[in-house]
Amino acid sequence: MSSTAHLTWFARHEFRLAWREWLAMMTGGRRRRNRAVIGLLVFAAILHLPAYAVVARYVDLRFPLDPSSLIVLTATIFLSWALMLSQAIESVTRVFYARADLDLIMSSPAKLTNIFSIRIAAIALTVSSMALLLSTPFIDVLVYLGGPRWLAGFGVVLAIGLSAAAAAIAVTAFLFRVIGPSRTRLVAQIVSAVIGAGFVIALQVVAVLSYGTLSRFAFLTSDTAARIAPAPDSLIWWPARASLGDIEIMLLLLAAALVLLGVVMAVFAPRFADTVASVAANPAAVTQGRARAFRSGSRQQALRRKEFLLLRRDPWLLSQSLMQMLYLLPPALMLWRSFSGTSTAIVLITPVIVMAAGQLAGGLAWLTISGEDAPDLVATAPLPPSRVTRAKIEVVLIAIATVFAPLVVALTFASPQQAAVTAIAIIIATASAAAVQLWFRAQAKRSQFRRRQTSSRIATFAEAFSSIGWAATAALALTIPVAALVSGIMTLLTLAIAWKISPRQI
Amino acid sequence: MTSQLSALALRGLTKRFDRPAVDALDLTIHVGEFYALLGPNGAGKTTTLRMVAGLLRPDAGSVSILGVDALADPVAAKQIMAWVSDEPMIYDKLTPLEYLEFVAGLWGIDPRTSEKSARNLLISLGLEPHLNERCEGFSKGMRQKVALAGALVHDPRLIILDEPLTGLDALSARHVKGLLQERVRTGCTVIMTTHILEVAERMADRIGVIASGRLIAEGTLNELREQNGRNDTTLEDMFIALVDTEAAAA
Repeated sequence: MSSTAHLTWFARHEFRLAWREWLAMMTGGRRRRNRAVIGLLVFAAILHLPAYAVVARYVDLRFPLDPSSLIVLTATIFLSWALMLSQAIESVTRVFYARADLDLIMSSPAKLTNIFSIRIAAIALTVSSMALLLSTPFIDVLVYLGGPRWLAGFGVVLAIGLSAAAAAIAVTAFLFRVIGPSRTRLVAQIVSAVIGAGFVIALQVVAVLSYGTLSRFAFLTSDTAARIAPAPDSLIWWPARASLGDIEIMLLLLAAALVLLGVVMAVFAPRFADTVASVAANPAAVTQGRARAFRSGSRQQALRRKEFLLLRRDPWLLSQSLMQMLYLLPPALMLWRSFSGTSTAIVLITPVIVMAAGQLAGGLAWLTISGEDAPDLVATAPLPPSRVTRAKIEVVLIAIATVFAPLVVALTFASPQQAAVTAIAIIIATASAAAVQLWFRAQAKRSQFRRRQTSSRIATFAEAFSSIGWAATAALALTIPVAALVSGIMTLLTLAIAWKISPRQI
Repeated sequence: MTSQLSALALRGLTKRFDRPAVDALDLTIHVGEFYALLGPNGAGKTTTLRMVAGLLRPDAGSVSILGVDALADPVAAKQIMAWVSDEPMIYDKLTPLEYLEFVAGLWGIDPRTSEKSARNLLISLGLEPHLNERCEGFSKGMRQKVALAGALVHDPRLIILDEPLTGLDALSARHVKGLLQERVRTGCTVIMTTHILEVAERMADRIGVIASGRLIAEGTLNELREQNGRNDTTLEDMFIALVDTEAAAA
């Protein structure tokens, strides 16, 4: 086989792997390829409706825009880039650590620089393809209503995807160099999570501090932002100008992204083999625990202690907790400001907190109830299964109480009634999330957490709708109590349907 | 070494998946006995033991562990029994000592007793340098040893092991075998499945051969030789002959 044929063959192999990984993610590993493809096409078709609702009013936009619109458009593009960067970092980490074929590749006589160049390109194309898939309905609507100039949007999305993948590889390689292979996985997960949400949260923080609102658009559309914005011919506006149909700038951006990716491939592909080798040489850090005496207590206490210890040492939980803390930063700031003013916007804190509690509880409940690494041990222990389940649910409730109690206490000083409503809603949202996990529990390793959402789509949607529903109910209880009744009943109905179709009706 | 009390009595134990996995199995194992359960892949060994351990509900039959009806009172049966699967299931983020503390807590053992016992067990299995290291970096053999120590820390009277020597080096395997024989000497009963027939030949008081969910031969090594009609044959030869005969009959 010639060198070119060899590379083409490996590229095909990489894309087949990427396709199957995606398929497994979509189908929960159930090999329903045709249904997944049809589902995806239907989803893309349906997405044209919300796309129409969102972008139809912007079809006549042309450069030059007013500063506020330009800032909002650029910020949206930057947010998309940040989200793609987050996804790309996650992909790069997975390729470094999780691919089962690394030993095979490393021991093969193939030229590793070429092989890893293709793998980097595959990551870039996978990230870009996903972005293209999601953006196509929006661009379709714009092209249909506003003309072919909007086709430039595809080029912008591709440029964003390629540059995000290049940046992700550089970031991960940098982390390897600075903190070593064993810590990179955890830190990369956290960086990925924080990058994804950081930009929006930062905008909210600025909005809270400057305007007393949680709206992230408050700052972007403010006079201050317009005043400090660069001139219209600045490079900063190039992505916005390209997406508005400036073909020349779009081609320049695409070329720049390709050059960036090329440079990253040239610089990092030769080192990739060393990186993989160093990961293999450091499969896990030797972490010394504290030597201390065994503790006494009941069997449930032993279970709870074990769960807390594992949660404390869980990298996912660490990153998610940090994320929750970040998400809670804007409402916490708002709460703090409300002590010195009479802002009515403080009501908005309640749904944010309840939503965060529901989401965190869902993850915690999965980790404690389904993510049991020694199921045989627990099942052969001399205590009834109901007591095991109870101990695990108690862990979720205690963890949620620990995270959210300080906020509720602080809220009590601002508004005791709102604090009471928030506390009740947190308890209900947590209990609902734990119940959904119980109904749909499927034994798995904790390390499979990433795939938990694909194991049961119904559970995922039920958990999300429950969190959103209880958040809305709590907000309405503070503003329009009658509407809260309707919202609460609808959320209960959602849970009842989930229970009815769940494999375990308990 | 053995008394005639029954540590485990199975009567008509049955489990069907697509086909019968365990087919009306009768089996009696005496207290203080080291019993090796052999059989080809898919014979029903693991299914049988998982039903005994309370991990699978039988379709029919009874399980009695030291006189306790394991189906009617599973908690009491589990209190006196330990199960070690072929795939060591431990927590990556716990140290061996933390793991054993958890197991002892689950079985409600006094921490003053269990701590000393845990340390001794781990040290006897060669894990002393790793007592306070998280298990995430351990080899399969080390994980198997931690799981085995977990099974022994609550001092069970019946130990059920599914392929416990898989992945262990020669020295570790010897440690494990020594530990199990020591337990048998103190009156504990051990039931073990293994594909290493030499281990069964050397260690087991009695050997049972299972195929297609049924017990096709049982006895001491000499009894099996007599049943087979040849006094100089090895367990491996007998096993293959038994399984071939069973396959031909099926």
